[in-house]
Amino acid sequence: MAEVSLPTRRKRGRDLKKQGGFGTVALLCVAFLYAPIVVLIVFSFNGIKSTAQMEGFSLEWYGNAFENEDMQHAAWISLQVALVATVVSTAIATCAAVVTTRTRPWRGMTGSYMVINMPLMVPEIVTAIATLIFFALITTALGVQVGIAKLMLAHIVFCIPFAYMPIRARLEDMDKTLEQAAADLYAKPWQAFRRVTLPLLMPGIIAGAMLAFVVSFDDFTISQLVAGPGETPLPVYIYTSIRRGITPEINALSTLILVASILLVTLSFLVSRSRR
Amino acid sequence: MRFFKTLLASAAVLAFAGAAQAEGELHIYNWGNYTNPDLVKKFEEKYGVEVTIDDYDTNETMLAKVRAGNPGYDIVVPTDYTVKIMIDEGLLAETRPDEMANFKNVDPKWVNVYFDEGRKYSVPWQWGTTTFAVDTAVYGGDIDTYAILFDPPEELVDKINMQPDMYEAMNAALRYLGKPLCNNNPDDLKAAYAVLKEAKPKWRTIEYGMIQPLVSGDVAVSQGWNGATMRAREQKPTIKYAYPKEGFSAWMDNVVVLKDAPNMDNAKLFQDFIMDPENAALISDFAKYANGIQGSEEYLPAEFIEAPEITIPEGAPTPVFVPLCPKDVQDKYSQIWTNLLK
Amino acid sequence: MADAVQSLGRSTDLDAVARVTAAKARVARRALRARWGLVAPALLVIGIFGIAPLLITIVYSFLEAATYGGVIWNFSTEAYVQFLFEEDIFDETLHFSWAYPQIFGRSILLALVTTIFCLLVGFPTAYFMATRPPGQRTLWLFLITLPFWTNLLIRTYAMFIILRDEGLVNNGLIWVGFISEPLRLLHTDFAVALGLMYSFLPFMVLPLYAALEKMDFRLVEAGYDLYADRWQVLRKVVIPLAKPGIVAGCILVFIPSIGAYVTPLLLGGGKELMIGNLIALQFGNARNWPFGCAAALILLAMVLVALLYYVRSTGAKQGLGHG
Repeated sequence: MAEVSLPTRRKRGRDLKKQGGFGTVALLCVAFLYAPIVVLIVFSFNGIKSTAQMEGFSLEWYGNAFENEDMQHAAWISLQVALVATVVSTAIATCAAVVTTRTRPWRGMTGSYMVINMPLMVPEIVTAIATLIFFALITTALGVQVGIAKLMLAHIVFCIPFAYMPIRARLEDMDKTLEQAAADLYAKPWQAFRRVTLPLLMPGIIAGAMLAFVVSFDDFTISQLVAGPGETPLPVYIYTSIRRGITPEINALSTLILVASILLVTLSFLVSRSRR
Repeated sequence: MRFFKTLLASAAVLAFAGAAQAEGELHIYNWGNYTNPDLVKKFEEKYGVEVTIDDYDTNETMLAKVRAGNPGYDIVVPTDYTVKIMIDEGLLAETRPDEMANFKNVDPKWVNVYFDEGRKYSVPWQWGTTTFAVDTAVYGGDIDTYAILFDPPEELVDKINMQPDMYEAMNAALRYLGKPLCNNNPDDLKAAYAVLKEAKPKWRTIEYGMIQPLVSGDVAVSQGWNGATMRAREQKPTIKYAYPKEGFSAWMDNVVVLKDAPNMDNAKLFQDFIMDPENAALISDFAKYANGIQGSEEYLPAEFIEAPEITIPEGAPTPVFVPLCPKDVQDKYSQIWTNLLK
Repeated sequence: MADAVQSLGRSTDLDAVARVTAAKARVARRALRARWGLVAPALLVIGIFGIAPLLITIVYSFLEAATYGGVIWNFSTEAYVQFLFEEDIFDETLHFSWAYPQIFGRSILLALVTTIFCLLVGFPTAYFMATRPPGQRTLWLFLITLPFWTNLLIRTYAMFIILRDEGLVNNGLIWVGFISEPLRLLHTDFAVALGLMYSFLPFMVLPLYAALEKMDFRLVEAGYDLYADRWQVLRKVVIPLAKPGIVAGCILVFIPSIGAYVTPLLLGGGKELMIGNLIALQFGNARNWPFGCAAALILLAMVLVALLYYVRSTGAKQGLGHG
């Protein structure tokens, strides 16, 4: 009986990794994600002032975007803050994840987990006001203006849980045998970590870093209250323009940012390829 | 890894390089999309000062930041009632615009305002009115009444946008009923609540963006300001600004200097600068609101001066400034608003 | 530790045992120090810059609201009372009011729906990404996150264009002939759910991907070898292995989406308050900071309880069955 049914099962299970329908869902998902992006790009060439209706074709908005120094400055601030926040929060989150996952419960582990996820749980406006007051207190106590570091710190705080979760998800239930083998081969803990654990963890770290970047780049509520003079980030610039009306200039800027990111990604991909 | 480290390092260098102090600065904190870049450039060239502009979207945000401790702004632009709050709380510098060179240009009717008698702290930036705009292509009848918002004709049902501002909503409802504003009378409040509650299903949205939805046709009526309406009318000529016969509010945004402004002298220069008619015209030209300076009409296009949004037609009631109501009234309004939107 | 073991062969058993125990204790202490050392930066940063503001929030929630925003330094529990009771406009007696719990309930329900939708769409997507050839995977990661390097507001306006009465979807459906009158898509709960799902998709996909990518597909093969069909393999092998990712994703979607307010505001029309709008209102026009803080803390308490329950249950499991 086994010989009769086995061949058919084997054939169907040949592409083990494929789950029927999943590929379709994934592609639909990507289509769903990019539909508004395509609309956004198309509208950046709008012939009229509207961001709701399309008429005609014009490069006017790209021209405006290149002249609008305030908007460019805002984009630059957002980029700086997001980069710093991403790198720092991911580093911190990695350390924290390694220590709070896959180990026997130690005193303070639950507490640490709660603290790490705390920024996630408090509504942004409240964090924003409280952080504003807190930094004001520090500034008066120390008598020093801290500048953009305030904004970066605030971003790091709420980026940590977003970087932490994917890393933890990666780490949980990760097979310990490779690390144990390294220990058996007299590798010191730090060596084992760097050569074995870290590379295994890398997809989680990259996922965490990307989430942190996205979250920081798009933050409005906290940034609005914590940013000082000359530190207005892009989301704040855009949101505060709603009341007076926005133009496709912003579409143009977003398209430029998208193109720049694609170029950057392609570049880094080619560079890593050649290095290998 | 190394790539990220260099990235981080260069970001840090750039961030701190930006903090290098330039000679002569001015930090302005204004509403978003409200400052004419040409005006700023003119000021920068005239006085050799580097100006930064940061944006806020509500008076309350700006107030929260300033109260917590000025992070370095020199100039903010609060609306009338907020100016009064800031003066009372000692947050402003008494710069005495009334003693500045250009003060003679300020329109006399804006000198003795309820929030700053004699203009000891503030200079007019722009002023306007708040009513609503109607697309006359959808409805051609009389629009000068709040019945459009609360008891709309067939064609306008489900095509109305209200501002998410409980004071504007309550003021409109109270005026519609002919009752006084800042009202503490339980009967009046109940009646106002009933009006709002009944009208709510006939509204489409409650949000601030009015130009977009009006122009695209998603709504045909929107509560809003006169200048925004003018900008909408530029894109869709059938849009008309209403002047309700039951009365309506005016507001004024003013330039004030914060008490511990790091660049006090430059800030005073700016206050004086914008009282010049030609510069005031630049301000108006950008956001399309009237300014409070006489003589600026010379520098503005006729179609702006004569626009129905700027020149209030004969027979319409005089707009009134509405100061902030006492706390218990505020709380009652808040309660009504929450119950309306729960 | 290795030395101690080696020396076992040289001295008496008792000495050897003592030395091994001492060595173990040293290692344990070092491990403990390493533990605290590694988690310290996270705790410090969040402790100072996250907890301190939280304490300020707690303090403020027990103060009186000042007339023009801000607080008066008088102790008062009014903010918490206000959550459940309101003063009748007429006779100023307190009576129980469902208003705020209702707003909370609506937001939580919406967050739940969003999380479920994100899971249904995100899981297949993450699985698909994790099963691509190794070189392609990072590319897929970028592909999924790239749309989110544009600003939320602009993306939402783009959704307007798609969902409007005369928007792309409606025009498309009319053109194909499915419908003759445009469907009301915008300014509905559906639009809000869609918008939230859009915003939070990467928060579900990325943790899921991180967890799925390390899955050993030999286990899947074993499942098939044991004559399981596709669904059984999915249910009994893949999903349990992906569980950390599922949980992480759900937490990262559910919790922030409870407090979301821009997307519901723009896509929902603003006619119904969400928790986020409600709290923001208290710091805006309503000028009631203590109540804003109190509402936020009540929300925090609810989420904390749920999270604690989860950690206790998985923490216990980890402690029991680990090698």
